[in-house]
Amino acid sequence: MSDETTLNLFQQQETNRRRTVLLVVGFVLFFAWLGFGGDFILHLYTADAPPESYHHGFPWIGILLGTIGIATAWYAYKTGPEKVLWSTGAWELITPQDDKQRQLVNVVEEMAIAAGVPRPRIYIVPDPDPNAFATGTDPNNSHIAVTQGLLDLCSREELQGVIGHELGHVKNYDVRLMTTLAAMVGAVLLIHTGISRMLRGGVRIGGGSGGGGGGGGKGGKKLGQLALVLLVVWVITWILAPIITQLLAIAVSRKREYLADAMGAQFTRNPLALASALQKIEGAEAPTSSIQRGAAHLCIADPLGRSINQHEGAFANLFGTHPPMAMRIARLKGMGYAQLKKEGGFVA
Amino acid sequence: MGSWILLILVVVIIGWMIAAYNGLISLKNQTLNAFKQIDVQLKRRHDLIPNLVNAVRGAMDFEKSTLEAVIQARNQAVKINAGGPENIKQISQAENQLSSALSRLLVTVERYPDLKATGNVAQLQEELTSTENRIAFARQLYNDTATQYNTKQQQFPTSFVAGLAKAQAAELWELEDQADKAVPQVDLSGRLPPTPAPPRLEGERR
Repeated sequence: MSDETTLNLFQQQETNRRRTVLLVVGFVLFFAWLGFGGDFILHLYTADAPPESYHHGFPWIGILLGTIGIATAWYAYKTGPEKVLWSTGAWELITPQDDKQRQLVNVVEEMAIAAGVPRPRIYIVPDPDPNAFATGTDPNNSHIAVTQGLLDLCSREELQGVIGHELGHVKNYDVRLMTTLAAMVGAVLLIHTGISRMLRGGVRIGGGSGGGGGGGGKGGKKLGQLALVLLVVWVITWILAPIITQLLAIAVSRKREYLADAMGAQFTRNPLALASALQKIEGAEAPTSSIQRGAAHLCIADPLGRSINQHEGAFANLFGTHPPMAMRIARLKGMGYAQLKKEGGFVA
Repeated sequence: MGSWILLILVVVIIGWMIAAYNGLISLKNQTLNAFKQIDVQLKRRHDLIPNLVNAVRGAMDFEKSTLEAVIQARNQAVKINAGGPENIKQISQAENQLSSALSRLLVTVERYPDLKATGNVAQLQEELTSTENRIAFARQLYNDTATQYNTKQQQFPTSFVAGLAKAQAAELWELEDQADKAVPQVDLSGRLPPTPAPPRLEGERR
């Protein structure tokens, strides 16, 4: 276990926020390079061309890519949250019918007070496997869903921990962040697929680059070489773009999961309760069949039960949407012990 | 060229000052809001208690004095609150006494496991637990927000703008006197409790 298991909950939050910022900045820069990089290369390439032919001044590649990304993101988060809820078969809890439901409503109210956000709408997914997720673009329009299995399995304190985690996601605008990143990944994939199809279809693009690379005369030779090198790098990044953007988005997803754990711990001031809930959820073997792949990254535990989310190690660290459960529990326990040490207590 | 750089620098600094000032104002209002939220939860408790106590009076007739203590503490708290928000020490004391009376009631309910089977009593427990939790979380949120506000005011370089924003350190909510810090003593002396129902054996059906 790394040193991060010894951080208290406020330090955990700072670490995760900082890392998210770095990752998102990296993502945006990469996206910008995909678009404006092309513009820059084209600009260099045409800079020395004879005055009557085309000079690439206006960065239309970058703007086009940016527009596609923004449009996809806007569409995704206008329609996304409702679609996810509908696809899982969740029903909204308005009037509690039994003790567990009353308890759920009360717990959500309490956590909303602790988090300082308006109370989200509550949904129940009729699935016996314990899980929970939150959707909604901002704290004023958020929804929290829990499975029937979670209600049956958890004690009041554990339920508080889980709801606290979900409200942490809500308060951090995580859904908005992940939807935007997913949309940008989608935009890159769209263009990548489009270009591959065009190439396969036999349309030749850049066919003149080989012959015309040295064009522009002797004075432009150095510039032509630079443009060629950049062009090769740019094409390679485009080939790898889908996987790189997905990796970045997934990395952000993992950091936000850790952050939501720490925020849930802050709201309840009881990290050990959430650790206990996670252990129970982990112990319930079956995957949550109601929740499809598209919503998987929003849940507290991977509903597909994918083995990659249970391992540590370099491969899982790259490709898992959720951090390994054992690591999450270890960090939460670390927060709990840090708190106990401060209060002068001992581990029961 | 030099004058352009200077101009950009000035614009950046002014932009930063505006953002810092607005940040402080936002935190100040959040702190105020969190403070009022505590009041909201306390008033909610005042309104809830008479209904809850009436709902269980029938089932808990033998614990009349505990129930009466709760009602009295609640009435006292309402009276002091009506006196205005200035006498915050007295309000705080009255609310703490009400919390003690409620804890005593909850402890009493725990001694009679059969009582929980009666629908109303189980609901009473849940509602009281939730109410106490809400008050506690409202206070926690206030402390967290006030700490954030205080930290922001003191940090460099925002501290320069703090004076402009008339930012003052917010007080954290603490337990005020030593008596409140003591765990409430449940005093059952002088009253013989009625005989509890015979203990339930493992696996015995209702």
